[in-house]
Amino acid sequence: MTIASNSPPSRLPLGDASGAGTKQRIRRAATRENQGDGRLAALFIAPALLGFAVFLLWPTLRGIYLSFTRFNLLTPPEWVGLDNYVRMVNDPIFWDSLWVTVEYVVINIGVQTVSALAIAVLLQRLTQSAWLRGIVLTPYLMSNVVAGLVWLWILDTQLGIGNEIISALGVDRIAFLNDETWAIPTIALINVWRHVGYTALLLFAGLQAIPGDMYEAAKVDGASEWRMFWRITMPLLRPVLAVVLIMTVIGSFQVFDTVAVTTAGGPANATNVLQYYIYGSAFGRFQFGYASAMSVALLVVLSAITVLQYRLTRAGQTDLG
Amino acid sequence: MRLRTLTALAGALTLSLASGCAQGDSTGASSNTVTYWLWDTNQLPAYQACAKGFEKANPGLKVKITQLGWSDYWTKLTAGFIAGTQPDVFTDHIQKFGQFADLKVLEPLDDLDIKDSDYQPGLAANWIGQDGRRYGTPKDWDTVALFYNDKMANDAGLSAEQLNSLAWNPKDGGTFEKAIAHLTVDAKGRRGDEPGFDKNNVKVYGLATNGGGFGDGQTQWSSFAASAGWNYTEKARWGTEYQYDSKTFQSVIDWYFGLAKKGYMAPFSDYNIQSNQANTQVAAGKAAAALDGAWMISSYAGFKGLDIKSALTPVGPTGKRATMMNGLADSISKASKNKAGARKWVAYLASDECQTVVGKAGVVFPATPAGTEAAIAAYKKKNIDVTAFTEPVADKKDSRTFSYPITNYAADVTALMMPAMEDIYGNGKSVSSLDQTNDQINLILSQ
Repeated sequence: MTIASNSPPSRLPLGDASGAGTKQRIRRAATRENQGDGRLAALFIAPALLGFAVFLLWPTLRGIYLSFTRFNLLTPPEWVGLDNYVRMVNDPIFWDSLWVTVEYVVINIGVQTVSALAIAVLLQRLTQSAWLRGIVLTPYLMSNVVAGLVWLWILDTQLGIGNEIISALGVDRIAFLNDETWAIPTIALINVWRHVGYTALLLFAGLQAIPGDMYEAAKVDGASEWRMFWRITMPLLRPVLAVVLIMTVIGSFQVFDTVAVTTAGGPANATNVLQYYIYGSAFGRFQFGYASAMSVALLVVLSAITVLQYRLTRAGQTDLG
Repeated sequence: MRLRTLTALAGALTLSLASGCAQGDSTGASSNTVTYWLWDTNQLPAYQACAKGFEKANPGLKVKITQLGWSDYWTKLTAGFIAGTQPDVFTDHIQKFGQFADLKVLEPLDDLDIKDSDYQPGLAANWIGQDGRRYGTPKDWDTVALFYNDKMANDAGLSAEQLNSLAWNPKDGGTFEKAIAHLTVDAKGRRGDEPGFDKNNVKVYGLATNGGGFGDGQTQWSSFAASAGWNYTEKARWGTEYQYDSKTFQSVIDWYFGLAKKGYMAPFSDYNIQSNQANTQVAAGKAAAALDGAWMISSYAGFKGLDIKSALTPVGPTGKRATMMNGLADSISKASKNKAGARKWVAYLASDECQTVVGKAGVVFPATPAGTEAAIAAYKKKNIDVTAFTEPVADKKDSRTFSYPITNYAADVTALMMPAMEDIYGNGKSVSSLDQTNDQINLILSQ
């Protein structure tokens, strides 16, 4: 300690670190320096860590605890062991909710990712206009609730302008949000409309990282845009695409506001997505224990899907040599 | 040194945030302020006027009124109970009463000495809990009647007198179904009871849709079910067995939703709780009539270019007409920080003095007979005839009024009945499926 304390790291003979004593000296100096950094780092991390502990870690742990209790918020929780989980496994509405949520995620993520990718590639390959790139993002500036309400009015079976147009074309009106078959795809597409620009922007940023000379070289070799997309763009975009997928899938599983605004879980539970069912059980029926158990189930499902996605898409590695 | 300064700064910031939080008290509670919440924006000016009278009569006491939309109201109230930021006094709904009584968040009000006879029949008794104690003071009441487009009725050759003397039964729908069918017009101008009527291309429905009606059917099927002699539970208040498995009830539901299959009532797919409720359908000229509550009188009267009138609900198989009579109340939070002031304010809200002021605004029927009279006079001044809503309350011989179901687990009943009714109305599921739903509900109630 004393040796290093007199030697500022910048003055250490880094280029000539051959002797064992010098190595030791460097290591000690670095440790000392790290300790100094460590404190400062801890100070800078502290607010985020505090936020993480208060708003994420503690609620998660408490949620897990509450899932083993009967709790109505106003009287103390009562330990019931695995009762809530047994009820969940035997609750047909829970399984129906999970299925409805998966259906939503598949449509939402499927359509959104393909469209976002197409938009991102077009933005990169066809235009330099910042204005055009910006306009793609505009639906994202609207809140989910407003977007839901606007589409609700457009698609209203009896009064919506969308259905007025459909009717004027001589086709039967479609109960977009009031029909079992249509409701989930409609909500999924409303959210695609709102999020596709943002997703495209993330992918576009990923595309910017691909060196332009690769495309030039491919062009010289006579490759078509289609071939370049599959041979250059897709492989090199994969890590970004994987991260975007992980993020959007998690977000998609948590769909709530659009459902709350447009269908309130109906018709006949056809859009009773898991988050909505959890919310109704907790804040409508005061069954916070059962709602916590379902939240834990959602946490497990999401964690499993995320790990699986991360592994399958090798999100942590890049093919860029 | 720098590190210490930073730490000190961070500490100071944390302290100031913490003390800032401690100072922030959204209830504004103090010994001379009574906080009061309500949800109906139309009623806000009337209660503000009431508060002025109260403050005059009680120098030193102030009432702070907060108005919140219906859905935010209950979420915020619940959050308030948990966080201790609840109002001293709040407008209470019978649907929530059971749950709040269970959660023990209401203050008993027996000492206010509320007498049944001071209010319209049944209103005061509804707010007695299962423990025999009073948790609410009667505030106002509403009934359900048939709003109709006067011009459309005239075009169909139906007079006000005819519409006020309709009868129905679950077999052929009686004169009520005939009238509704006749008010229905398809795209080619053919009426519902005329040959060649195209039920798949209806321009104007005889009856607007208000959805499946959850477990109460207040503005949907409740008038029909009650006039057929059916009751929600085995006893009027705090029943423990729902009766959705009754054959009488199921035959009523079969007939009622059957109106949509015939094209006389708008289909379930036309209904949306946000964008297209019954009143919107009438305002848009898509429906000729709608069953709706007294709280909507001003809304229907305000439709530009339309003359909307109201008629009594039809006479049922029991020989009587029926309409749900629901009443709101004022309750005090158990955790109120100003119970003495809150008691005074609630007593004032329940008095003729305040209820007459509210009645004069002509937006709601207050619970006391004098308040009701004031409201009828105020509506008359606005040229609105409200007989269809008041007559069933006054005339016990030909009319039956019944209450909103008052039981435990009301939220669970709603959660189970909503999809069940929507399945029947929207997806054509058999009414006998209600047997199973009823079993599930009664299982919960038996806990």
